[in-house]
Amino acid sequence: MALLEIIGLTVKFPTRFGNFTATNNVSLEVQAGEIHGLVGESGAGKTTIGAAVMGLLQSPGYIGSGSINLAGENLLALDNNQYHRVRGNRISMIFQDPQTSLNPLLTVADQLIETIRQHSDVTADDARTQAIQLLEETGLSDAKQRIDDYPHQFSGGMRQRVVIALALCTQPELIIADEPTTALDVSVQKQILALIRTLAKDRGVGFILITHDIGVISEITDQVTVLRSGRVIESGDTRQVLMQPTDNYTRALMAAVPRLEQRLHRFNNIVTDDSIIDGDDHWQVDGASAKLASDWLLSGHQSSDTGTTASTTPVLAVKDLEVTFQSGQPGWFQSRSGVKALSNINFDMHAGEVLGIVGESGSGKSTLAKSIVGLVDPSAGELRFRGQPLPPGSKRHRKHPVRREIQMIFQDPYSSLNNRLTVEQIIAEPIRFYKLARNRAHIRQLVASVLELVEMPQRAMLKYPHQFSGGQRQRIAVARALVARPDFLICDEPTSALDVSIQAQILNLLKDLQEAFGLSILFISHNLAVIRQMTDRLLVLKNGKLVEISNTDRFFREPAAPYSQQLLRETPSLSHLNAR
Amino acid sequence: MFTALRRYAIENELLYLFLHNRIAQLAALVALLCLGGAALAPWIAPYDPYDIASIDLLDSLLPPAWSEDGDTRFIIGTDDQGRDLFSAILYGTRLSLLVGLLSIGFASILGITVGVLAGYLGGRFDSIVMRIADVQLSLPAILTALLIDGIARGILPRESHDNLMIVVLTIAIGLSLWVNFARTARASTFVEKSKEYVQAAIIMGMHPLRIMVVHILPNILGPLMVILTIDLAVAILLEATLSFLGVGVPPNQPSLGTLIRIGTEYLFSGEWWVVLFPSLTLIIMIVAVNILGDFLRDALNPRLR
Repeated sequence: MALLEIIGLTVKFPTRFGNFTATNNVSLEVQAGEIHGLVGESGAGKTTIGAAVMGLLQSPGYIGSGSINLAGENLLALDNNQYHRVRGNRISMIFQDPQTSLNPLLTVADQLIETIRQHSDVTADDARTQAIQLLEETGLSDAKQRIDDYPHQFSGGMRQRVVIALALCTQPELIIADEPTTALDVSVQKQILALIRTLAKDRGVGFILITHDIGVISEITDQVTVLRSGRVIESGDTRQVLMQPTDNYTRALMAAVPRLEQRLHRFNNIVTDDSIIDGDDHWQVDGASAKLASDWLLSGHQSSDTGTTASTTPVLAVKDLEVTFQSGQPGWFQSRSGVKALSNINFDMHAGEVLGIVGESGSGKSTLAKSIVGLVDPSAGELRFRGQPLPPGSKRHRKHPVRREIQMIFQDPYSSLNNRLTVEQIIAEPIRFYKLARNRAHIRQLVASVLELVEMPQRAMLKYPHQFSGGQRQRIAVARALVARPDFLICDEPTSALDVSIQAQILNLLKDLQEAFGLSILFISHNLAVIRQMTDRLLVLKNGKLVEISNTDRFFREPAAPYSQQLLRETPSLSHLNAR
Repeated sequence: MFTALRRYAIENELLYLFLHNRIAQLAALVALLCLGGAALAPWIAPYDPYDIASIDLLDSLLPPAWSEDGDTRFIIGTDDQGRDLFSAILYGTRLSLLVGLLSIGFASILGITVGVLAGYLGGRFDSIVMRIADVQLSLPAILTALLIDGIARGILPRESHDNLMIVVLTIAIGLSLWVNFARTARASTFVEKSKEYVQAAIIMGMHPLRIMVVHILPNILGPLMVILTIDLAVAILLEATLSFLGVGVPPNQPSLGTLIRIGTEYLFSGEWWVVLFPSLTLIIMIVAVNILGDFLRDALNPRLR
C-alpha cells in the first residue's frame, strides 16, 4: 500500500472574480522511502497540494472533491483535533526560507526539545540527547557544542539542516519539502539534497519535494509529477518523464531548461506565452512596426565601425577596482573601517561582447554593476568607458553621455517599473529625457514599434504594469532600456525571478537584440547554465575577489581555478540522466 | 456601458471593498451630508445667523419645536441670542469644515514636501528636519495652536483680528499636524527609493526633483491618504477645542466649538438643547470621518488584510 495516496484532489479558492480552481483532479502516490517531485511553473498548484496534505489550506480555499489517504487512513475525514495529531507527528514540513522558519528568539535546543516533548513522553534530558543525535544525523558535526546557539549564529545551509532536524524529530512518515534549496547557494544545495536522499533511504521516509528547478528534480527524485495550471500533465519515473516526455508541455519545458553541456543558438520549441492580451491585437499606432524600431535603433549607433581605433580600445576597462562599504561615520580619532565588497578587480570588455559575471550570493556581482552605472562609488581604482575615464557616480554629471550609453535591466520586474505610469509613459520617458525624438507623434510611434520589437502587442502601451505577467513586464523593462539607444547593457540577474519557459523567451529576446544591434552586454547571473547560454567570456567572483576570467567554452571544458571546478561540479545538471 | 462599470467595480480594489462594506458606505453618506449641509448652508438654512437684523432677543433660549414651549419656527430651538440653532449649526459646520480642510491642506503640503525631501536626500537635512519634527511632537497639538494663536494676536492689529482669524487658525492647526505627514512620507520614500524603478531613474540622470514628483510621490499616496482622512477629524476637533477655549473664531461667526462653549453656560439652568445639538453634530461628523479613515487604512494597506 502506498504511504500517501491523493485521489482526484480539487482545491478551490472563491475570489471576487469567481471560483479559482487551484488544483484540478490531481492524483498521485508516494511510497515509503521514495522522493516524489512536484514540478511546475508558478501558479501550477504545487504548494497548494502540499498545503492540502498538511491540512493547512489558506482560507478561503477549500477542498472541492477528492481524498487524501495516509497509509490507508483518510485524512479528510479527520476533525481538527485528530488532524493536529497527524500534522507534525506523521507528516512534517520543510520550508523554503530557513531565515524565517526558525524562531530567532529561541535557541536551537529549545526549539528541538520543545517539539520532541510535544510529541512524545520523554524527559528533558532524553529529549536533549535525541536532539543532538538528530543534529548529528543531519550533518551538524559539532552538534553538542552548537545546540545552544541561536539560529542567527548558523549559516544558511546549517540553518536548513536544523530545520530538517526539526522536521525529523517526531519520526514522521512523510515530509513535504517546499522549495527547500531555492534560497541557498549551489554548493549548499548539493549537500542538502544529498542529506534528503540519505534520509529517504535510511529512514524510509517518504518525501514530497516541491520545486520549480528541473535540475533539482533530476538530481534526487525517483518519481515526478509535472503540473500546469493545477492539472497533472505527466507523471511517472523521473528519468523517463524527463528524458522521454510524452506530453508537449513537458517537452517544451525540458527544451527551455538551459543546459550546462552545450551552447544552443536559441531555445527552440518553447511554450508560447498564450496569456498575452486577448482580443484586439490589431490596435496599432500609425506607421509603427518592429522594422521602424530596429532601423531607428541602428541609426543611433555611432560606436561600431567608426574606425579601427574604436574596435581595439575596450568598451569598458576596469582597473584595480575596489569598493568598500563604510560601517557608519568614523569618529574624530578613529580610522575608517568598512567591509570590502570588491577588491582588486581588473578586466577589459570589448565591443559587441557578452561578458558573464558568476558568483554566489555576497560575491559582489551586483556591486560591480552598481559601481559601473554609478549607484555605488568605488573607493579605489579606475573605470574607463571607450577609453575615457568614467567618473564615480556621485561625481558623474547628470548630463554625462554614458548615462544614456549604459543602460541596465534589473532582476525583479515587479519593482523595476513604476506602477503609477502607463507602459507608454514608462517607455517614452528615456526618449523624451534624452531628446531622441522629433515630436509627440514620433515618440508614440517609437514606443509602439519598440513594443513590437520585444514581441509585445502595440496595445500594451495603453495599460499599466500590474496588468502584465512577470515575463511581459521584463519585456517592457527591456524595451525601456533599448529606447535609450545604449551601446552597453548591464543585465543583473534578468531572469532569476521568472519561470523557466519565460526565462527561455527572455534569453532568446536578449540574444536576438544583441545580435541585431551589436550590443555589449554585461550579464550577471548565479546560474551557470544561463551564463553558458548567453556569454562569450565570463569572470568568476568569490567574496569580492576575481577568481577566474575565461572564455566561456573553455571554462565549461576545463575550469582553471579550484573554486570554479567546485562550482561546476555542484551545479545540478541533466547530463547524468543520459549517463545512468 | 453598465457591464463595463461593473467590471471596473470588480477590478478596482478600493471600489470593490467599498461596495462590500456597509459601515464605510454609511460613514461616507454621513460625511457627504455634513459636507453638503455645510457647503449649501446659505441656501438651505432657514435663517442667517450673521444677520443681526433678523435676530430677535425675545426668541432667545426657546426649546425644540416638539416640547411644550417650543416654537415651530425653530425646529431645535434657539440659543441665548435668539438665533435659530439649526441654522447656526449649519453655518458652524461650514466654518469648522472649512478650517479643518484648509489646515489639513496646509499640513499635508508642508509635511509631504519635507518628508519626501528628507527621505530622498537623507543625511544632514534629514537629521535636522526630523529632530525638529520630534520636538514638535513632544508639544501637545493644542499647545502649539495656542502658542501661534497668541503670537498672532500680539502681532496683528486689533481691527484685522477677526478677518485674519481663520488664516491664523489654519496655520496654528496645520503646524501642529504636519509631523504625521512628514514621518509617513519619509518612511514610504525610503522604501520606494530603494526600489529598482527609482534606481533606473537615477541611473538615467534624471533630476532628483523630477524623480521625487513623478516617480516617488504617486507611489506613496496610499498611506498619505489614510493620514489625510484621519487627521481631518483631528483638525476639526482641534478647531472646536480652540473655539471652545475662546481663542478660535470670533463669537459673531459661530463655529461648532463656539456653539458648544455658549451651550455649556446654560447646561445647568436646564437649556440642554443649546449644547446637545452642536455636540451631536460634531461627534457624528468626527466618527464618520474616522470610520472612513479606518476603511481606507484597511483597504490600502495589504498587510492588515
